[in-house]
Amino acid sequence: MNIVVLVKQVFDTEAKIVIGADGKIDDSNVTLIMNPYDENAMEEALLLKEKFGGEVIAVSVGAAKAQETLRTALAMGADRAVLVSDSAIQPASDDFAAAQALAKAVSELKPDIILTGRVAIDYGSKIAGRVAEILGIPHVNTITKLEVEGDNAVATREIDGGSEVIEVPLPAVFSAQKSLNNPRYPTVAGIMKAKKKELKTLTLADLGLDATVTGKMQIVGYSLPAGRKGGRVIPGEPAQAAAELARLLRAEAKII
Amino acid sequence: MAKGIWVFIEQSKGSIRKVSLELLSQGRKLADEKGEELAAVVLGQGVGALAGEAAKYGADKVFVADDAKLASYSTGAYTSVFAKLIRENEPNFVMIGNTAIGKDLAPRVATRAGVDVAIDCVAVEPDDANYVTLTRPIYAGKAFAKVVSSGARPVMATIRPNTFPVSEPVSRDAEVINAKVDVDPADLRTILKDLISQATGRPELTEANIIVSGGRGMKGPENYVILEELADCLGAAVGASRAAVDSGWREHKFQVGQTGKTVSPTLYIACGISGAIQHLAGMGSSKVIVAINKDPEANIFQVADYGIVGDLFQVVPALTEECKKLKA
Ligand SMILES: Cc1cc2nc3c(=O)[nH]c(=O)nc-3n(C[C@H](O)[C@H](O)[C@H](O)COP(=O)(O)OP(=O)(O)OC[C@H]3O[C@@H](n4cnc5c(N)ncnc54)[C@H](O)[C@@H]3O)c2cc1C
Ligand SMILES: Nc1ncnc2c1ncn2[C@@H]1O[C@H](COP(=O)(O)O)[C@@H](O)[C@H]1O
Repeated sequence: MNIVVLVKQVFDTEAKIVIGADGKIDDSNVTLIMNPYDENAMEEALLLKEKFGGEVIAVSVGAAKAQETLRTALAMGADRAVLVSDSAIQPASDDFAAAQALAKAVSELKPDIILTGRVAIDYGSKIAGRVAEILGIPHVNTITKLEVEGDNAVATREIDGGSEVIEVPLPAVFSAQKSLNNPRYPTVAGIMKAKKKELKTLTLADLGLDATVTGKMQIVGYSLPAGRKGGRVIPGEPAQAAAELARLLRAEAKII
Repeated sequence: MAKGIWVFIEQSKGSIRKVSLELLSQGRKLADEKGEELAAVVLGQGVGALAGEAAKYGADKVFVADDAKLASYSTGAYTSVFAKLIRENEPNFVMIGNTAIGKDLAPRVATRAGVDVAIDCVAVEPDDANYVTLTRPIYAGKAFAKVVSSGARPVMATIRPNTFPVSEPVSRDAEVINAKVDVDPADLRTILKDLISQATGRPELTEANIIVSGGRGMKGPENYVILEELADCLGAAVGASRAAVDSGWREHKFQVGQTGKTVSPTLYIACGISGAIQHLAGMGSSKVIVAINKDPEANIFQVADYGIVGDLFQVVPALTEECKKLKA
């Protein structure tokens, strides 16, 4: 079974966002990590490989330093990795281009299953659905369980107010919710082995794409949320304070 | 010639969902400013009556696709019908609610139409050169990006619920256009085998007007009942911090924060939550924040409009009593 996992390099969740003098987001003092949900996608891929055999290939679109994240995927147990890196693609934010490039890279690997994270915690651009659409295959998002039965897979996915059990023919794209599994940590041996595994870097041209897939939407400016100021602390005994809070929420904030 | 502003209509139990009314209301304003038509797009079975409702909230035109294949939402059938409508009518701008369905449908439809889509927008401004400028939160709300689509049409966006107010309904007629429904068989390969309902009777976190949220200070899963009682009085959803989720007290789907849900309710009541950066990222854009925490130094007070320093096990039930008095 061939399994492709899409992994994105993102800012650590501790990161404070700083806008630099050039008006862009400054990434110079930021720790970069694998998007947390992509760890769940990786884990599921490795579990499937342990059960059915085959190959796990990690694929990413990003800046050159996204290689580090792919090395992490290799250290977790991926067999090889592909990075699409091209100066024409705005890293992290050109979702149209990323989806096109990912779909092209993925289709060349002829996978049975494509796993992604539920959401990328930086831009969250609904990439998996787009990749599935380009490939013309089904997508099941926010999955909490995945079982492969022959040429089909049955997945449980979270929906508003419950869950659904869905059967799809393979190949298909599945996006991992956190409760799907507990991602393994790379072992020291895994990290050593990862250094020798294949990590290919491709440009758009290598994929037979050109810059017409880039910049369909452009970011024309960044801003930070208006800083909140702590408001007022309501004094008094619990019952008193609660009464005053309720009064303020009604009279001042006009909510309840 | 490309024309018009479109709103995808989501429905539940025979009426239009609030988020779609919000988009119609805003779409009406934008259409007037642009001197263009506002169209509603209704897909489903037995949904003809919704056309009249869409008109009341501003639609000049309603595309209705009424078919058994559309009775309940499916990615394939809905994408097929919606993308064909776009191809045939070439609207300028398409808005879809950033709901579970919207998030599933929009990327599919946009990709099939050959355009990009801006996800989870919180502002839409008319723009002469690019039709509209869209604002979307990034890094779970730690920053915002302004986005334009300079060339391709339609511009597509999903819009976060609670972004726009719903206008007063007015009586007006809309032209109803019955859309053809021919679904590509390739779009019908997904089989729904089972539906497990865990309906709580409470609103969805991401769409709720009020959220009562509990963290590690709740001490155990059994204590959430006091938050649920407050939530029931307020008509609120119940959220949690990651510490509460990691402790196994609440399901991950109720987690608020950078690796949970990003929410922007009118009122967020944080109980026994310290206010870590990842939590604030997910709820910092709430209109009014209330913090109940026994530690006066807790970071959550830095962002709270109203704070009570005290034991939540005393304050929360007292607040529920006050709420009941107000609602009585
Ligand atoms: C990769 C990563 C992703 C993360 N993503 C998220 C996320 O999405 N969402 C999230 O929430 N966190 C996230 N976190 C975790 C975050 O850093 C904090 O650990 C977490 O938010 C703390 O939860 P808490 O406030 O409930 O617990 P604590 O920080 O332990 O705070 C508990 C609070 O309860 C108060 N308290 C205790 N007893 C009472 C009482 N009787 N009455 C009143 N107050 C009381 C205490 O004073 C304290 O302030 C993430 C962390 C990492 C590393
Ligand atoms: N640039 C990228 N490279 C690789 N995978 C990506 C990229 N962007 C998104 N993904 C995958 O798509 C998932 C969902 O991302 P998003 O749709 O942006 O929230 C992520 O968890 C990744 O698995």
